[in-house]
Parts: sequence; structure tokens; C-alpha cells
Amino acid sequence: MDLDTDRTDVASPPSPTDAAPRDGEPGAISRRGVLIAGAGASAAVAAGTPLESAAQTTSPAGPKPQENLVATSRVTLSVNGQPHTLVVDNRTSLLDLLREHLQLTGTKKGCDHGQCGACTIHLDGRRVNACLTLAVMHEGAQVVTIEGLGTPEKMHAMQTAFVRHDGYQCGYCTPGQICSAVAVLDEIKAGVPSHVTADLNVRPLLSIDELRERMSGNLCRCGAYSNIIDAMAEVAGVPVPGAGDRRSA
Amino acid sequence: MKPFTFERASSPAAAVAAAAKQPGARFIAGGTNLLDLMKLQVETPTHLIDVNGLGLDRIEPTTEGGLRIGAMVRNTDLAADARVRRDYGVLSRALLAGASGQLRNRATTAGNLLQRTRCPYFYDTDQPCNKRQPGSGCSAIGGISRPLAVIGVSEACIASHPSDMAVAMRVLDATVETMRADGQARRIPIADFHRLPGNTPHLETTLDAGELITAVTLPRPVVGTHLYHKVRDRASYAFALVSVGAIVQRDGGGRFAVGGVAPKPWRSEAAERDLRRGAAAAAQTLLAGATPTAENAFKLPLVERTLAAVLAQAKATGRPA
Repeated sequence: MDLDTDRTDVASPPSPTDAAPRDGEPGAISRRGVLIAGAGASAAVAAGTPLESAAQTTSPAGPKPQENLVATSRVTLSVNGQPHTLVVDNRTSLLDLLREHLQLTGTKKGCDHGQCGACTIHLDGRRVNACLTLAVMHEGAQVVTIEGLGTPEKMHAMQTAFVRHDGYQCGYCTPGQICSAVAVLDEIKAGVPSHVTADLNVRPLLSIDELRERMSGNLCRCGAYSNIIDAMAEVAGVPVPGAGDRRSA
Repeated sequence: MKPFTFERASSPAAAVAAAAKQPGARFIAGGTNLLDLMKLQVETPTHLIDVNGLGLDRIEPTTEGGLRIGAMVRNTDLAADARVRRDYGVLSRALLAGASGQLRNRATTAGNLLQRTRCPYFYDTDQPCNKRQPGSGCSAIGGISRPLAVIGVSEACIASHPSDMAVAMRVLDATVETMRADGQARRIPIADFHRLPGNTPHLETTLDAGELITAVTLPRPVVGTHLYHKVRDRASYAFALVSVGAIVQRDGGGRFAVGGVAPKPWRSEAAERDLRRGAAAAAQTLLAGATPTAENAFKLPLVERTLAAVLAQAKATGRPA
């Protein structure tokens, strides 16, 4: 009921980059769009008040405002192959740049403290927590998000495998899980050892234990772990004892 | 998060010069701990100096036969380096036991040494904490203290140091290389790098204000079986309750340091002299004078048992490094 009310109460799409078209309903207002519209009013005020002017208003008659108190920076980086140049508040995490400035909302904000892995993306070819790094630290960086990994029409092999093995329930941690899973297979291929690698001086084996250990930075409250490992094992070509039984169940 | 100004430094000299100009400045490298704390306003720098572009990201041999690890070498790269895996296995193992793959891809060698305690009261700005706010009191004494330190503590603070890497660096007798605000370089032995809390728990290292870590150097490799054993509440991605980093010789002697029990990696020459007599003797010597709380007294026997496990593993695998 609430959702329906929200939909009819909003007269126009709040954002040109609203996710509605992806829902297959061009012109429809998504719940997310409504939430963005609600937050928009206050966000616009905040965004229009750079710190320079704030400093001036707090000390109008005092000595000249600190010249260096500019709390925004320009950053140019590539996201999913597209170059972007933005001026952002220095506090903007890479995660918030992706979600709030570029409207790439596939990358999720879970804990915002590097504990859950929902915000995992590929930064210059490596998986990182996008919440624990500042956007302005990544001048010239190459970022790949879940949107860049694959599309509904042309899914990445890992995305296909997650669907086939039911590697999620609510789906919130899934983009981070998939970005992490892709990177894990790359890391094993590159010979990066892990905590469970038996011998540091030989290449790590592709094993279920290795996959489990390397995925420990991605939490799933629905508990889809075993299916996630099945999906990864399929893409990596690792035989999983009992995986066939689970799939047919 | 409080607003701050930001600049990207292009050389160590430029970075320390920038820090000297701004009393509230902090260097930021991986940011995995600093940003976490800034979001909670435990850390409130007014200026950040990005030191990722200083070119301190290489691992090079030293003329003494050791390794010089650039301050910005990522934990993943250090753990995976072929020389580290072959000659300094305890360091590879310690790094791989810490954090998650994503965090290790960002976290740096210098930042790891500088990470702050995970004491719950340090993180909670509504609670007194002498480390966060000098003179406000210690909530952990008489509060939740299970993960905290049992030795090296004071009436003012019982916080434990969270790093795994630092434990291995202590075993390896690493040296921290820095550049001071005036551009002068200096070398600090790892044993002298972290301070005990005393009455000033907010001072955690012997670095001066604005001093920048440029590298960590390792001496020549130490022959023996390199081991790192970490005991924690989960099998992965959790801080140590107790960890032991060790290099064990064939005769059962060797060197070891313990993590999770003190405000810094805990090591003593006297305890190492007792190592040949077994884990019980060595642990007893190492932890003499410990003052655990009711909640963390379990760490004393746990150190002994973890050390026993390490000695047993050394005997079983016995492969010289």
C-alpha cells in the first residue's frame, strides 16, 4: 500500500538517471526514485554550500577566510570504460561517488566500514571496499563495477553461475559477492597465496578451501555461502562434492 | 565526517613539508583504518595529504642482504612477493592471516604499523577513553575487556595492538625508516617504534609530529621454520585473541613474538632463552607480571597453548626456510 501511494504521489521523475527504465517500465517511478526525490531537497542545499562560503558567513567581519579551506577537489577517473570528471566534497567515498554522483547503484552500501564487502568493486584491476577509500584519491583510476562486469543481455560468466546456483536470496550482497568472486579467481591464477595455502612456495591450488577463505570479506546474512561457492567452483572448473545433489534438490 | 582539505603529495619531502604547514594534517595511504575512524569522528583531521603517489611502492634488496619494503607496498603485494614467501615466511603468513582480500589490496606496510586499537571504547565517542580523549578515563577497565591487553598495560589504558604484520616485523627485527618534518631521515628499530601507554596512551609510536614512514627494512633472512599461528573467534577475517609469530630452529630454540596480548607486539629475550624448555616455560617468562582482567585472563593459558602448537608444528614440518 505504501509503495503504491508513493508511486502515485510523485508527479515527475526526480532524476534523469532513475533506475525505472531498467525495471522494464519506461516512465514508471521506482521506489528508489521516490527516496532520491525525498532526499534531493536537503541534498541540493548542502551541495550548494561549499565550505568557502560557509567560512565567509561564519566570520563575516573577521580576518579574511582561510584561503586553503576548500573542501572540494576535482577528480578524473574511468568507470566501466567511461571517463568522468567531477568536483566532489573531499569526504566523498568512492562508493558514494559511484552511487550518488554517477547513479551506479549496483554497488551496495552495507556497513560503510569495510566489514561486509557489499561495496566491493574492481579498482585498477583489484577488488577493494569502495566505502573505505576517498574518491579524490583516485585520479586517473580505472574502476569496474557490477554494471561494467556484465549486463542483463550479456552477463559475465560469474553472474550466470550465481543465477544458476541460486547464489543469493535477498540479493543485497550479491554485486559485491560477484565482483569479489571474479577477483578471487584472478588472484589464484596470479599465484597470490592465502591463509589456507599449505606451501607458500608453490602456486595456490584451486580448491574449495581456497575459495572459502578468500571470500571471507563478503558477508551474506541470507546464508547463501554454499551456493556462492558452487557458482565460483563452476566458473573455476573445480569439482564440488555434492554440488549436483544440491542443484537438483 | 568532519570537512577537511586535501592534497596529493608528489615526493616524501613535499609530503613532510605539507604536514609541517598544517598542524591538523594527517597522511593518508590505504585509508582502511583512518577513514573508518574519520566516519565515526574518532579521527578528525583538518587536512589530508595523499601519500600514495610518492613512489614508495617497491620491494628492493638491501646491500646487507635484506629487503627494503616501501611504505606504500600493499599487504597483498608484500605477502605475495616471492622473496618474502621464501625467506620471510612468518611475514607472509602474518599478513595473510589479517583482514580480508579487499582490505589487503589497499592496506599498506606503513599504515599497518600505524593502525589503531579496536578497543570498543576507543571507537565509541560517547564513552570515556584516555587514548581518544586524554584524561577522560578508561571505560575498558571494569568494562568489556575480553579482546584487550593483559601485559604492558597501565591504569590509563588496556588497549591491545591489532596488527598481525607488526608481530612478524618484531620477530624479524625490522627497522622503520622515516623522514622527519625537516627532511632528515632516521631509522627506528621496530622494538622501539610502538610505545606502552603509561600515562599517555594517546601517544602510540615514537614518531614525531609530521614524520613520514618511508620504508621498513628487514635484515638478512633468519634460517629456521617460519610460522604464524593466529587464534580468533572466526576461522577468517577476525582480529587475533592471541597470535604467535615464530622462527624455530631444529633444536627447538628460536625467536617468537606474541600478538593480541599487549599494546605492541610482545617479545622478550628471556622468554626466548626459555624456549628450548618448552612452551610452558617460555610463556610463563614472557607473561611474567601480566595483569589480566577477569574477562581476558583466558589469554594467559591461550598464549602457552598457541606457542605449544607452533613448536609442535615446527617439529612436524621442520623445513628450514
